[in-house]
Amino acid sequence: MINNSGKIPKWIHENSRVLDLGCGEGQLLAQLIRTHNIDGLGLELDPDKISICLTQGLSVIQHDLNRGLPNFNDQQFDTVVMTQTLQAIRRPDTLLEEMLRVGQEAIVTFPNFAFLRNRIQLGIYGHMPVNPQLPHPWYNTPNIHLSTFTDFEDLCKNLVIRILDKDTSDLSGRHTLLGRIWPNIFGEVAMYRLTKEL
Amino acid sequence: MPKTLGVIKPTLIAFEEPIELSRGGRLSRYDLIVETYGNLNADKSNAVLVCHALSGNHHAAGFYDGETKPGWWDHYIGPEKSIDTDLFFVVSLNNLGGCSGSTGPLSTNPETGEPYGPEFPEITVDDWVHTQARLADSLGIVRFAAVVGGSLGGMQAMQWAINYPERIGAAVIIAAAPRLTAQNIAFNEIARQAIVRDPNFHKGHYNKHGTLPISGVGLARMIGHITYLSDISMGEKFGRDLPRADHDSDGANFAIEQYLRYQGQQFSERFDANTYILMTRALDYFDPMDKKKKGLADLLRPANSKFLVLSFSTDWRFSPSRSEEIVEALVQANRQVSYARLESVHGHDAFLIPNPIYERIFESFMNRLHSELGAINSDQ
Repeated sequence: MINNSGKIPKWIHENSRVLDLGCGEGQLLAQLIRTHNIDGLGLELDPDKISICLTQGLSVIQHDLNRGLPNFNDQQFDTVVMTQTLQAIRRPDTLLEEMLRVGQEAIVTFPNFAFLRNRIQLGIYGHMPVNPQLPHPWYNTPNIHLSTFTDFEDLCKNLVIRILDKDTSDLSGRHTLLGRIWPNIFGEVAMYRLTKEL
Repeated sequence: MPKTLGVIKPTLIAFEEPIELSRGGRLSRYDLIVETYGNLNADKSNAVLVCHALSGNHHAAGFYDGETKPGWWDHYIGPEKSIDTDLFFVVSLNNLGGCSGSTGPLSTNPETGEPYGPEFPEITVDDWVHTQARLADSLGIVRFAAVVGGSLGGMQAMQWAINYPERIGAAVIIAAAPRLTAQNIAFNEIARQAIVRDPNFHKGHYNKHGTLPISGVGLARMIGHITYLSDISMGEKFGRDLPRADHDSDGANFAIEQYLRYQGQQFSERFDANTYILMTRALDYFDPMDKKKKGLADLLRPANSKFLVLSFSTDWRFSPSRSEEIVEALVQANRQVSYARLESVHGHDAFLIPNPIYERIFESFMNRLHSELGAINSDQ
């Protein structure tokens, strides 16, 4: 769905310990090891993707994120990253809290459901949006908890999570002027850097 | 046609230096029977040690001359297989106390001139790892690229990472556990009782009496075998089928009975009763945490190696949650660990059975290790 890591590398500290939730084939971890010399660990459910991670020498643990992160200690990582997965989690709120329990900072990216194209497909044509950002029809989509910039920020407020940084881009990582001005209408991908610390 | 190693010959290596054993025993000398596959490279960095499980031995891959059945892990060791013998030099031994050629209860005690029998000293996983390190010395191997094993073999790989952090590049721990549960020990105890209560056992001195506790060892194997399979795999293979007409039914009412009797009988012909007791005791007493009075994470923190931990969905002898205890400890110790819980219907035996995704994950990890060998050397 998204083939760029956007601002994420800018939000990661050199030589830090990074946990990547739903690391897929390990592109982000491999990139961060190269550019930031991180100590990285990935969690992934799909064994085929785990195998691809292993060919690159990455450390990856098979894990279902719906089970939370009970195997990890408090503040074990500098940053916990989750790209384009939050909307597919059964309880995004509890996982967010878990991410900030095991990591000092969290980076989360998700598709903005209030993106203009979705508003048109739903508001004018009366259909659940199906498009490159959300490619699945409603009945078999893994994306069960879609949200918007505004919804997400409300959740952060409720959970007393501090937003350190945010960014938006289109699917290929390009920043648009309109997206910068009205992210909740013109931003396709939402990216947040979060912490629990005050 | 899958490639094979072809005909293999084992070698007997003598160790004339005495060894003090961890439970107080001592051997003035011992032999280990060993097979190797592939070629050791010039800087001796591509060696992989394969550790066997309870009833395994050194014959892990390839064929003996004239035999049609390959070694017990032939599907995973060989040219272009998970442990690729075109890349790695594989060392596989029969552990000390075994009955396949290494010094064990069947061997002659040099002090008495008689077979050790039940007087063979108690052996632990620590002792095996110690003797395996001596074997590495004798082969000129300073550091194994990986130590690999399933079940009790996986426990040896874990102990290697703890005891010799500088001598191991990776530990591959398959279908294992950090230590046995009461239920695991209970199964081993029933198996031992089956042997001990066989009238032909004679407190382990069956050789002196010219008998063999065949029925006890066979029964022990039948009990063990049930715990290595799963309800699903037994159902798929035998269901409620009646005995097969092309095999001796020996009074069995169902195919599963016939199969267990056959397994028991085959095993009792090849496996020594005293060795079975010794090996199950080593398994029961395996507890790296006990000796050091440390948690598993603290114990694993000094380990330098990478880890690959694998479990199988229907394994109830060493269930995935037991492997996950190891993974959790490694994560907490900030070690480099990868883990997969592989789908299989084959229970504990799944680690021996062909399985495409298991092969791919295992191979990906091993091939990457090999590609990193050059990098390690050029760093030095």
